[in-house]
Amino acid sequence: MIMANSNLNKNLAQMLKGGVIMDVTNAEQAIIAEKAGACAVMALERVPADIRKQGGVARMSDPKMIKEIQEAVSIPVMAKVRIGHLVEAQILEAIGVDFIDESEVLTPADEEYHLDKKAYNVPFVCGARNLGEALRRIGEGASMIRTKGEAGTGNVVEAVRHMRCMMDQMRMVKNAPREELMTIAKDLNAPFDLIEYVWENGKLPVVNFAAGGVATPADAALMMQLGSEGVFVGSGIFKSGDPEKRAQAIVKAVTYYNDPKMLAEISEDLGEPMSGLEIDTLENKYAERGW
Amino acid sequence: MKIGVLALQGAFIEHINHLKKLHCETVEVRKVEDLNNIDGIIIPGGESTTMSKLLKETGIMESIREKINQGLPVWGTCAGMIILAKENENHPIDGLKVMDIKVRRNAYGSQIDSFEEMVDIKEISQNPLSLVFIRAPYIYEHDSKVQILYKKDGKAVAAKQGNMFATAFHPELTDNLEFHRYFLSMC
Repeated sequence: MIMANSNLNKNLAQMLKGGVIMDVTNAEQAIIAEKAGACAVMALERVPADIRKQGGVARMSDPKMIKEIQEAVSIPVMAKVRIGHLVEAQILEAIGVDFIDESEVLTPADEEYHLDKKAYNVPFVCGARNLGEALRRIGEGASMIRTKGEAGTGNVVEAVRHMRCMMDQMRMVKNAPREELMTIAKDLNAPFDLIEYVWENGKLPVVNFAAGGVATPADAALMMQLGSEGVFVGSGIFKSGDPEKRAQAIVKAVTYYNDPKMLAEISEDLGEPMSGLEIDTLENKYAERGW
Repeated sequence: MKIGVLALQGAFIEHINHLKKLHCETVEVRKVEDLNNIDGIIIPGGESTTMSKLLKETGIMESIREKINQGLPVWGTCAGMIILAKENENHPIDGLKVMDIKVRRNAYGSQIDSFEEMVDIKEISQNPLSLVFIRAPYIYEHDSKVQILYKKDGKAVAAKQGNMFATAFHPELTDNLEFHRYFLSMC
């Protein structure tokens, strides 16, 4: 008996828990990430910090590069598509990527509609800033959620805001009497059945990771302490002074997030972190993309 | 009874929740000290490369190997089965090398090829069991000391050897507690 793929896809995300997913732009970086202990890699054409610096339209990566990465490593390979870009998603599904990120870091292809993720067999991860947005994406078929944060800045403040907001809203739903749920669903612009799920279970029906601005082991451990189930790191690794060392340190920080003595050891002598950007002065806020 | 669940990475909470439903005391194993006074250990699903790396760096690898060789009951699910195997192929990782099985990693393809099925395994339960395979490995060769509990399309996916139990699938992702009950009966 073959069961619905959506269950299996949620289950794959379960296997990523307690792990770090690293952005890579070629096979060499993917090998560094795998050796450092990444539980998956995310293929994209430029890391977010470079997309910010260079500007222009950011798209799906070259399928050839993605295939090279698939051959180079044995961990799951994810890749990003522009929001609403049906065909980029079809292409990535055709070449057998393990997970697709419908990502606001790339230039959106559709400013009104996200992908109908239930139309695909491959699982999707989507960004969210609050509970309503997370549940809308899950309603569309996302098998995994991540905070949007503010990618490419090396500043964790937005990821913290988004994670805290989601957690607060989940606690609010869980503690509400049943008769208030429909009004809460209306206020959060969230599907009612998924609000019911959160009320019954006190958590999202899928895995929830942190992303956007994580640059140090302490940032990664912070996100875990706030309730994240794992961490995405993009520019934070390959835009730092010593990517291998920093990647290894962030992997360990996610395992030992509740152990300050270990975290102190892990944080020693990592070289220069990425320089980072002040969020208030940014021209483009990626977190504001998507709806 | 107290069962350790290796908690370096992966789906360890699911195992802990199942064990708690069977009124079993549990401990998340992240350091060598956490292995003290446990009656059995589960190596969960997750990424075997990540676990292998952290097992080596923390020194837990040697401690677990020693305890298993002294008879500590162990159960590996998916990544855990790869860690237990004497050999693994298709991007091999360093594991415990304690169980006389050879496994192939990502044997069924990528995530799109993951699947679930209902089967009968009399050794485990009289009722049909749901097996969830996610980027799963299988056993392509094994010693005669290894008892094969279930084969899927001719490939062994559940096996037992003395104090060691290995499954290529994820009973912790279903509501069924039979596999966990079976493991506790080994402890």
